[in-house]
Amino acid sequence: MDLAELFQLFDSTLRNATPLLLACLAGLFSERSGIFDIGLEGKMLAAAFAAAAVAAWAAAPYVADPFPGQLSGLGLGWTAAILGVLAGIFASILMALLHGFASITLRGNQLISGVAINFLAAGATVLIGESLFSMGGQTPQLSGNARFSGLDLPLAETLGGIPILGPLYRDVISGQVILVYVALLAVPLTAWVLFNTRFGLRLRAVGENPGAVDTAGVSVVRMRYSAVLIAGILCGIAGAYLSMGTSAAGFVKDMTAGRGFIALAALIFAKWRPYPALGACLLFGLLEAIGSKYQNVDIGLFVIPVQFMQALPYILTVVILAGFIGKAIPPKAGGVPYVKER
Amino acid sequence: MKSMPRWVDLFLIPAINVFLAFLVAGLVVMFIGEDPLHAMRIMIQGSLGSDYGIGYTLFYTTSFIFTGLCVAVAFHASIFNIGGEGQAGVAGIGVAIVALTLDQTHWLLVLPLAVLGAGLFGAAWAAVPAYLNAKRGSHIVITTIMFNYIAAALLIYVLNTYLKVPGSMAPESRRFAGGAHIPRLDQMAEWIGLELTRTPANISLFLALLACLLVWLLIWRTRFGYELRAFGFSEPAAVYAGMAPFRIIMITMLISGALAGMMAINVVLGELQRLNLDSVQGAGFVGIAVALMGRSHPVGVILAALLFGVLYQGGAELAFEIPAIPSQMILTIQALVILFTGSLENMVRFPMERLFLFLRLRKEAR
Amino acid sequence: MSVAEKTAGQPETAAPSAPAIELIGISKAFGPVQANKDISMQVARGTIHGIVGENGAGKSTLMSILYGFYRADKGEIRIGGVPTQIHNSDDAIRAGIGMVHQHFMLVQNFTVLENVVLGAEDGALLKPSLAKARKLLTELAHEYELEVDPDAVIHDLAVGFQQRVEILKALYRHADILILDEPTGVLTPAEADHLFRILEGLRREGKTIILITHKLREIMAITDTVSVMRRGEMTATVKTADTSPAELAELMVGRQVLLRVDKKPAQVGQTLMQIRGLRVTDRDGIERLKGIDLDLRAGEILGVAGVAGNGQSALLEVLGGITAASGGSVTLNGQALDLTAHADAGERREQGIAHVPEDRHRLGLIMSFSEWENSCFGYHDRPQYQKSRLLMDRRAMRDDAREKIEKYDIRPPSCDLAAANFSGGNQQKIVIAREVESDPDVLLVGQPTRGVDIGAIEFIHNEIVHLRDQGKAVLLVSVELDEILGLSDRIVVMFDGRISGERLPSETDQNELGLLMAGIDPKEGAA
Repeated sequence: MDLAELFQLFDSTLRNATPLLLACLAGLFSERSGIFDIGLEGKMLAAAFAAAAVAAWAAAPYVADPFPGQLSGLGLGWTAAILGVLAGIFASILMALLHGFASITLRGNQLISGVAINFLAAGATVLIGESLFSMGGQTPQLSGNARFSGLDLPLAETLGGIPILGPLYRDVISGQVILVYVALLAVPLTAWVLFNTRFGLRLRAVGENPGAVDTAGVSVVRMRYSAVLIAGILCGIAGAYLSMGTSAAGFVKDMTAGRGFIALAALIFAKWRPYPALGACLLFGLLEAIGSKYQNVDIGLFVIPVQFMQALPYILTVVILAGFIGKAIPPKAGGVPYVKER
Repeated sequence: MKSMPRWVDLFLIPAINVFLAFLVAGLVVMFIGEDPLHAMRIMIQGSLGSDYGIGYTLFYTTSFIFTGLCVAVAFHASIFNIGGEGQAGVAGIGVAIVALTLDQTHWLLVLPLAVLGAGLFGAAWAAVPAYLNAKRGSHIVITTIMFNYIAAALLIYVLNTYLKVPGSMAPESRRFAGGAHIPRLDQMAEWIGLELTRTPANISLFLALLACLLVWLLIWRTRFGYELRAFGFSEPAAVYAGMAPFRIIMITMLISGALAGMMAINVVLGELQRLNLDSVQGAGFVGIAVALMGRSHPVGVILAALLFGVLYQGGAELAFEIPAIPSQMILTIQALVILFTGSLENMVRFPMERLFLFLRLRKEAR
Repeated sequence: MSVAEKTAGQPETAAPSAPAIELIGISKAFGPVQANKDISMQVARGTIHGIVGENGAGKSTLMSILYGFYRADKGEIRIGGVPTQIHNSDDAIRAGIGMVHQHFMLVQNFTVLENVVLGAEDGALLKPSLAKARKLLTELAHEYELEVDPDAVIHDLAVGFQQRVEILKALYRHADILILDEPTGVLTPAEADHLFRILEGLRREGKTIILITHKLREIMAITDTVSVMRRGEMTATVKTADTSPAELAELMVGRQVLLRVDKKPAQVGQTLMQIRGLRVTDRDGIERLKGIDLDLRAGEILGVAGVAGNGQSALLEVLGGITAASGGSVTLNGQALDLTAHADAGERREQGIAHVPEDRHRLGLIMSFSEWENSCFGYHDRPQYQKSRLLMDRRAMRDDAREKIEKYDIRPPSCDLAAANFSGGNQQKIVIAREVESDPDVLLVGQPTRGVDIGAIEFIHNEIVHLRDQGKAVLLVSVELDEILGLSDRIVVMFDGRISGERLPSETDQNELGLLMAGIDPKEGAA
């Protein structure tokens, strides 16, 4: 394997890791506040659809008198992509509010709510997509301004000449879609918010002992709703990236393909901490990259089947959960509705 | 403090919740620009209006009874087994091994052994999460979700490596020979002189009904059921009473996994007559909706499974008649049922409790 | 009316002579249960006011209303003479009220500093808030004998220190009124005395303190005035100096209390159970029992006294087969018990050890099971309840339950009702009936009358004595010294996982037991 091939692998690792990372941080906010979120998948899927649908519509040329089946849009330029991301965030937030209503206001079962949200997104995206575009649940292909393209960082070509680090900067770090950088920046931001701000202190407290937060004069409901909303926003960006920032360039049904659960796995793997979350998502992104590039990996003694690579994130999570490599202890009040009156 | 009569808890609240789920589904259909009542007529006509429709409805119902029981049994022990999908998928391998080995013999031999194979493989796939939960304290919901994905990878691997027909590209086993073909309902009807249209509904339906009876006996009549329910309500109390949590978790999950596995009999042996990648197709997840709607009671599970059978068969007809309503409509309804009977249940329960408290206090005041 | 009518924490500017707190006609119902009925009371500034009452009398509910944790259905709250709406804890804090809850409201994996600052931060960033809190904390600690390491993580602190953090939290929020809910339940007498010194210091500074307790000794020792609650109502408010424990007790329960149980002298037989060097280490690695030696003899009630959390629960649970021992031995009728994790509670029952657990809600009953299903809970594998190898004999279970209902006068007499629908006393009777009727050699009893109405207390005490008179051995664990003194034929006191002393009830009193509960043996000290 030469260096170029390795960098190619890193490049796709970064791209694979981006939606995982955003969803993983979404889960981090939610679960740190004591709300289990197995609906990351559904929120991402809904966002992917809404983002692609709105971007396609906003970018399509305006037609005064469209014939049946023809899309008449707004004819916008690059703002179409922005509108798409906002629509994705909006759809994801709607799902998040449903989860919040069920698990915070109505004190329902958070796991069941998450399951329902995943199915709701899987069903509704195709249903609405079919009724809007009649393309078997897909959205029209996004092109030009309606999707995100790579962003060349300054001096990428100039520095490219430096051995090893140069091409690393040019081929891996530079040239990514802007949402990739958003995801990477979200990690230090999350860590800073969590450990250096009032909001972070209260967030961590409400996931450990909501009674302490309540008696300290802070509304548990408001804290948890904020956390769930942040999760919605982050999942929204993750979804928008999937349909607008990858080579898919549009929405295809079930396009999240379990990424919400891999993100959840990464969250557990990282023991609900931001920087380890980055590490876990990069690791799982790398596994995905290897899996899709090499099929079966021959390591001399025996051949590792590609399915094993695909299943590895899940296997690793099971191992971590079982405490074989350090114990993953979730926030203490996680999954338990806060009941004040007996 | 309980203030509601039992019938409200057991029947009225679930009924209102299911009604709400369908009301919202109807609104969705209206939003798409179709007539929900017309859609409903097509669905009912398509699922119950002919022996063909009924056959398919019962075929789906059979699978859903098994996966519904799988979730329901675990629910009684306060275990959320979300891994029915994977357990049923792996059970398919067990069925296929039995069928491929013995399909030169007779179905009377194949069926019981396939039941055993499906049960063993389904239970085995549930056993690992159960063990990790009981011994290491792993969260069983997360572990069983992970095992669904691992099962999918395992299934591809097994099909590609061991069961694929040599030279073929498709990841599926060869078709089982006639000796492994279990009787379909239309064939069984022929035995008593009835003529029915050929559908994949098969003898497994009776296995499913038998499983309901056995589950009912297990939960409410056996000593283990007593322990299982006690454990479900309070683990410390169960320990105080001398029950072993490890044993309860393990046995409950083994039974649960075996029940999920039984659906492979219906689909792999009864319908496909080969093993391929999509023998389960979400039925494991339908089981969650079925168990919630059926209140984890076998009779409720049968009714809810029947409803979902109608939805799946009717939904397929609907997608054919009105292409604007694709089969994902059913997935949406399923989500709404889980939502309303599961996590939004308190939306109806809280006002009901207040209503009955008010009625009671007024009665006492008189 | 809004909170804005009253400026935070400055009641004296409103009306200097007004009482610090005035409650007028407070009522609160939880579903069909009326927890507080039309309660009115006044607390003068700079005093310590006690509220006594039995468990479930509504003391905690009333204080939770004052602290904004619950909302009253009816009534008015005046702070410093000003009508104040308290909808949540934030309103209460603004009104200058602080509360130390019975179960501490602390985030276990946070430091002391973080816990103190939580909810009272100065700005969006943590750093300045923490620095300011550190400074103020040091000052407060000196002023009120409240020393605690600000950087210690809560779960590493002893309960006494955790309680200090709770008090510091209130003071940090400039509380003028401090409510303490059963603050001494988890403290040794020495720690409790330290707490009382702190409270006296606070009173000197002009703070108003409300002390909720069911221990009359504490009321007499420290309060200026005292209110008595019974069944959700406030039955009296008196000056402490003008009353006596006997009078308060009578007010609490509504009639003369029989402090001593009528019983014949014990006919003590041979030793049934012999405990030697018994050790238990819990899941967190903390040693709960540090070598216990006890002999339990036929025909006697052995009382185990002690402040909650000194190993009594661990003793009951290891003997009952719920937890495993880490060392030592126990023999029953000369036969060694299996103390490893292989044994379970069912095995102990087979060997003749019955167990009435301390917490019937958590352990003793399945609340949603019907009475008849609870009536054989733990004995459900006995042959008389089996129809076949797998199936249970429901008719036999029901018949058996009906017999017990009649014999133990369990009300309402319906075996089909869920356990949750019985009162505390009747729930306890279901447990007692089940365990006593199993005809054990040894009965382990934990807190037999906690949360039980007075009528049922007598019944339960008589059942325990009756069992003793049949030549059985009873191990009684209770935090109520009156109960220990009244029932036991012999008393041991536990402190920090060890037996700190043994006495005969006729030769000891509350004071001496209190010292033993703090790990101090007065006799050894004199010697």
